[in-house]
Amino acid sequence: MNKKMAKCIHENLDSILERWEYRMKDVEEERFFHFMPDELIDKTSREFAELMTSNLQYSEAINPEKLADFTEKVVRFGWSIKFVNKSIENFSDITFEIMEEEGVIDQSNVREYMKTFSKWISPHRNSIIDAYAVEWERTVKLQRIALQELSASLIPVFEKISVMPLVGTIDTERAKLIMENILDGVVKQRAEVVLLDITGVPVVDTMVAHHIIQAADAVRLIGAKCMLVGIRPEIAQTIVALGIELKDFTTTSTLQRGMQEALKLTNRKIVEVEN
Amino acid sequence: MECRSSVDIFTEWDIVAARQLGRNEAKSIGFGTVDQARITTAISELARNIYLYAGKGNIKIERTYDNNQYGITIIASDEGPGIADVRKVMNDGYSTSGGLGAGMPGVRRLMDEFNVQSEQGVGTTITAVKWLR
Ligand SMILES: Nc1ncnc2c1ncn2[C@@H]1O[C@H](COP(=O)(O)OP(=O)(O)O)[C@@H](O)[C@H]1O
Ligand SMILES: [Mg+2]
Repeated sequence: MNKKMAKCIHENLDSILERWEYRMKDVEEERFFHFMPDELIDKTSREFAELMTSNLQYSEAINPEKLADFTEKVVRFGWSIKFVNKSIENFSDITFEIMEEEGVIDQSNVREYMKTFSKWISPHRNSIIDAYAVEWERTVKLQRIALQELSASLIPVFEKISVMPLVGTIDTERAKLIMENILDGVVKQRAEVVLLDITGVPVVDTMVAHHIIQAADAVRLIGAKCMLVGIRPEIAQTIVALGIELKDFTTTSTLQRGMQEALKLTNRKIVEVEN
Repeated sequence: MECRSSVDIFTEWDIVAARQLGRNEAKSIGFGTVDQARITTAISELARNIYLYAGKGNIKIERTYDNNQYGITIIASDEGPGIADVRKVMNDGYSTSGGLGAGMPGVRRLMDEFNVQSEQGVGTTITAVKWLR
């Protein structure tokens, strides 16, 4: 029976593809096909159809290698999971229609065909969803690591002066990391002044402010001084509106100014040398 | 005339999504950098309060037009425990979580209009508006 199905599909591949492409262009959310040149659509569609049918020709059972191959290639098309799902759905609808039209399926064997059919389609769908889920998890994990790496390092710039540039959103986890890295770094680097640079922090709300204040307090406890630098004008205004008191802080608008202050605090300054 | 969009708050990252939505909307309405920062910060406070105290809820951003004025409305709603004494939480420094307690009074100062509706055991809805000047 699989063979009969496969034969019918192959003989009618052109009309299946034609109908399939036509229906896929109707999938509203996906502008995918609109940007693709016609011959590429054709090529990709044909490849997709071939991949879909490759498992049908051989045996009752799905060949896991073929399935893995199908999944890998389809994932590489770069379609959204919604689009892939719709692709499979439309493809199976259309092949069913065609087989009905061609008389391969009739009243007497429709039940049996349905069974074979879903045995053929379901693994494809499941395998694709699995692959997308794995890919997605991997991406999230990598991004987490990437984010953590760029999270918060204390950089010894001069003797006794270290800088921590903060870039991006600060969540609870990062806030913890910032605190740990500051305290660790201050001790290791024998820093006397720490410049916390928030130029790259998009929003300073009360939670971020609270963490900054706590970090500064901790730094003070281990005998160093913490300065808050890189306060953009709009951030200064929101901090004031929130009623947050930074009276224990030296604050400056730029890292450069902060550095001058830090040098002054450690009884140094930068001078130009004459040639 | 009104255009809505909203973000459900379940995790800490949804707070970032709500903020982003608010910032984009504020920008497209024509708010300047300072007001964008005020609006985004207000959303951040309200979204975090939902996350911390109600567990889950929703932030809705609306484009508002009234009295020949354009503006942006933030509606933060949840079905959490509610606020027992609204007057108290509007005081600077009041917090039940060891926070700064500056969120609610801060949002009121950051925005032009501010309204809290809360019932214990039912939930909280906070509406805040900023007008474009
Ligand atoms: N959506 C809410 N549901 C229940 N309680 C809330 C909600 N928002 C705020 N609160 C209460 O109001 C208090 C003050 O909030 P806020 O001013 O943001 O300060 P903080 O979050 O630092 O405690 C909170 O500690 C909490 O008890
Ligand atoms: Mg709060």
